[in-house]
Amino acid sequence: MEMRLYLLQRISAIVMAPLVLGHIAVMIYAVQDGLTAEEILGRTQGSVLWALFYGTFVVAVAIHAAIGLRTILHEWFGVRGVALNGFAGATCFGLLAMGLNAVAAVTVTP
Amino acid sequence: MSHLRRGHPLWYAYVLHRVSGLLLALFLPVHFWVLSRALTAPQDLDAFLSFTDYTPVKIAEWGLVFLLSVHFFGGMRLLVLELTPWQPWQKGWAAAAVACSFFLSTTFFLQAI
Repeated sequence: MEMRLYLLQRISAIVMAPLVLGHIAVMIYAVQDGLTAEEILGRTQGSVLWALFYGTFVVAVAIHAAIGLRTILHEWFGVRGVALNGFAGATCFGLLAMGLNAVAAVTVTP
Repeated sequence: MSHLRRGHPLWYAYVLHRVSGLLLALFLPVHFWVLSRALTAPQDLDAFLSFTDYTPVKIAEWGLVFLLSVHFFGGMRLLVLELTPWQPWQKGWAAAAVACSFFLSTTFFLQAI
C-alpha cells in the first residue's frame, strides 16, 4: 500500500511537470492585460486541447495532493488506519469533483 | 527527508517543499470553486477577477506563483535525487530551485502590475 502510494505520488508528479510549466506560462501571458472572465473563457471555451490539458492536470493533482496531505496527517498528527485512508480518499474524490467541474465550467461551450 | 538535522540547508528545502505543497492543496478548492462560477454565475467570476486589480491581491498572486514554482522545482530536485545516482552538484539544486522560483514568480508579478 505505502509503496503503491509512493509510486503514484511520483508518477502524478512526472505527469504534472510539463503541465505546471505550461500553466505558469499561461498565467504570465494571461495576466498582462488584467484578468477578465471574457478573456479567460474566450481562450478556453470549446477547446478540446485545454479541456484535455486541465482535465489531466486535475486528475494528477487530486491524486498528488491527497497522498501529500495523507503523509502530512500521518507524520505530523499521527493519524493512521481507516481515518487516514478515509481522509485521503475523500480528499482525492472532492478535489477531482471540484476540479473537473471547474474544467467543464471554463471549457464547455454554453 | 524528515530525518535531516534541523537548521541544515536541505532541512529548509524539505520544510519549504512540504509547506508549499500544503498551502497549494488548501488553495486548490478555492481556485476550483471560483472557476466553476463561470458556468453557474459568470458575473460572480468577473467580480472575483476584479479583485486581482488590487496591489495586495497581486502580491498574494505572486506568493501563489512562487509556491507553485518552488514546489515544482523542489519536486524535480527530489525526483532526480531518487531516480539518479548522487552527484556532488546536486547540493546546489535546492538553492537553484528557490532562485528559479523567484525568477518565474517575479516575472509574473512584473506582468501583473
